[in-house]
Amino acid sequence: MSRLNSVQDLERLREEINRKRDSIKKRIRICGGPGCYSGGGVHLVPVFEENLSQRQVSREYMVTLTGCHGFCARGPIVVIEPQNIFYERVHKERVAEIVEKTVLGDALVEDLLYSDPLTGEKIVRERDIPFYAGQERIIFNDTGLNWSTDIDDYISRGGYSALAKVLSGMQPEQVIEEVKVSGLRGRGGGGFPAGVKWESCRRARGEIKYVMCNADEGDPGAYMDRALLEGNPHQVLEGMIIGGYAIGATEGYVYCRYEYPLAVKNCNWAIQQAKSYGLLGENILGSGFSLDIFVNRGGGAFVCGESTALMASLEGKIGEPRGKHIHTVEKGLWMRPSNLNNVETWASVPHIINRSGKWFASIGTERSKGTKIFSVVGKINNSGLVEVAMGTPLRKIVYDIGGGIPGGKRFKAVQTGGPSGGCVPEKLIDLPVDFEKLKQAGSMMGSGGMIIMDEDTCMVDVARYFLTFLAEESCGKCVPCRVGVKRMLEIVTRICGGKGKPGDIEQLEELGRSMKEAALCGLGKSAPNPVLSTIHYFRDEYEAHVYERRCPAKVCKALITYVIDVDKCTGCGRCRIKCPEGAILGAKKECHVIDEDICVRCGICLESCKFGAISIE
Amino acid sequence: MEFNLQDVDSIIDHWGPKPASLLQILLDVNHQYRYLPQEAIQRVAQRLSMPVSQVYSVASFFKVFSLKPRGRVIMHVCTGTACHVKGGPRIIERLEQDLNMKTGETSEDLFVTLETVNCVGACAAAPVVMVGEVTYSEMTPSKTSLLVKELREKES
Repeated sequence: MSRLNSVQDLERLREEINRKRDSIKKRIRICGGPGCYSGGGVHLVPVFEENLSQRQVSREYMVTLTGCHGFCARGPIVVIEPQNIFYERVHKERVAEIVEKTVLGDALVEDLLYSDPLTGEKIVRERDIPFYAGQERIIFNDTGLNWSTDIDDYISRGGYSALAKVLSGMQPEQVIEEVKVSGLRGRGGGGFPAGVKWESCRRARGEIKYVMCNADEGDPGAYMDRALLEGNPHQVLEGMIIGGYAIGATEGYVYCRYEYPLAVKNCNWAIQQAKSYGLLGENILGSGFSLDIFVNRGGGAFVCGESTALMASLEGKIGEPRGKHIHTVEKGLWMRPSNLNNVETWASVPHIINRSGKWFASIGTERSKGTKIFSVVGKINNSGLVEVAMGTPLRKIVYDIGGGIPGGKRFKAVQTGGPSGGCVPEKLIDLPVDFEKLKQAGSMMGSGGMIIMDEDTCMVDVARYFLTFLAEESCGKCVPCRVGVKRMLEIVTRICGGKGKPGDIEQLEELGRSMKEAALCGLGKSAPNPVLSTIHYFRDEYEAHVYERRCPAKVCKALITYVIDVDKCTGCGRCRIKCPEGAILGAKKECHVIDEDICVRCGICLESCKFGAISIE
Repeated sequence: MEFNLQDVDSIIDHWGPKPASLLQILLDVNHQYRYLPQEAIQRVAQRLSMPVSQVYSVASFFKVFSLKPRGRVIMHVCTGTACHVKGGPRIIERLEQDLNMKTGETSEDLFVTLETVNCVGACAAAPVVMVGEVTYSEMTPSKTSLLVKELREKES
């Protein structure tokens, strides 16, 4: 790799890469995203390569491990270009057939095609599938098309052209103005206008400034940052370099969760590649601007997603937040001006520079501009990552793109915003999803996790889940959060355990209100949200637990019993043998019964019964 | 792996003996030994010229660190929201029952440590269990029971 000393050098390299690729007949895109990776997608690469080299055609066909395609429910995914033929759930055994028929020939492997669950019709092309057709992919577009660990591939797709544009003719103030015009707001949850933040940081006094990327994606159920950083790290880096230029930074940090080892690896890789091309480091593209970026791993603390806690952690201290009377753009890391934005925010920047802030602002709603990536997971058919314009109705996300709820169950609610957010119930299914509307509904955007819940999800249990999470993750610095969460958890646990008392619900509400007022950081202030929003929309469920000692969704163990249907039980004895507690009694070929006092409600019997005779009441 | 002062020193040298490296150094030491040996904490404090209490405060604050030796196999059951609504808690219960220990504990023979993780970002494959760096998707209590059996057999 030779260093690029000017914008012209970059353009020449781009032409050269594209020329080399002219000889490639077809490209096989194998998804290396988080969903497909765990399903074995990564192992398909060597199998394809070996198969092609045995036939001595490896030069004409290219095998690439891409970033996340988003349609994780159907992984591992393989797509053959140029026709973009989409194959789902591909396993090693099928590779030879795919090569034979679709790569070397032009035939299809019918049974690997996506089939529409409603019509049964087979769909050939990737973007014709409703899951993709309903989306508006910008930030997340290249992630499924690229070769995630190859800088040449990024450059061939126009990568670093935004940086070149900035360095060859834009003043830092112009860059900031463009981002302000775009209306880009922080994608990590706060929704603060990025341009305004950059401007404050540029104006802040200090010789040394930092540009930082928050990849401490702690919201359980959200993984778009992981997918972006793993799947298209250069896009994030390019955004950071542009941001660094705009605010006048000389050093940058990516703070990434240790739970995402591949994201750390790919990001480090990308930094090395960018440095060797002179796109990062000293004198970038011969412009005189220098910036270094380092990757730091977090230690598994949710609170470190909070800006001041993140910076404390980078300094080698424990990750406790501080009061924000002085903003981090003025005094952040090492008391120097620091500009922290989330992964998705940074990834948006190259697009805004290339296609103008005005273009970005033309997408979305009045106060929420652009697109947003959501991770639509939980009780949904097409779970995966979805990018839609701000303001897209929830119904479109859940039904048109998400394909509805599995097993013909009824949609109950969607949880957004992670432990700081709340639940949006079925009656608000036509809600246009943007920062404001979600807030009005008592939830928040957060980093974009959408956990779909059906009738079998108990909302009190969900509240208890988030409180358990928060009780573990509260850093303990301020009393409202440390003690408040604990007391709330005690009450909710009592309610789930069938020991709720009249007045418990009201006390939860009161505690929640005080915490909102008094807690120090965003984590504490928003900690009561999951409880307050579930009480607001599902008060009847709380009341059923407290007053009727009943869990309508049949989840809370103390309030349910397992029963055996006399008509369906054949007396096979399978459940009796499997029961670890010896709670099932009955003679061979006679109907069995469960001793309620011994039963621990582990559900093993329900799983083991072949006749569907066991149910929960 | 036997504790070795030189290994700890080379990790410290890799990151540089400065306060900003503390978390990164501890992460690497924790990865190498599967926990933070007391000697390592003392060595880090000495080389970084900071009180042992500060190293200890960071070591005890972050969830990733263990101050006690952990098993050769470390099982992480994901407790992310998607995994929770899709039955993650039942996997934990079954594992606790099968292994006869609580979450966070290590078996006496140092075979396995059972831990939870807040979310591994494989939400579409929920519920998931991680063993080392391998993710097992769409798990059920019985599939997890089988997995433990397989891991045991593999070791013996």
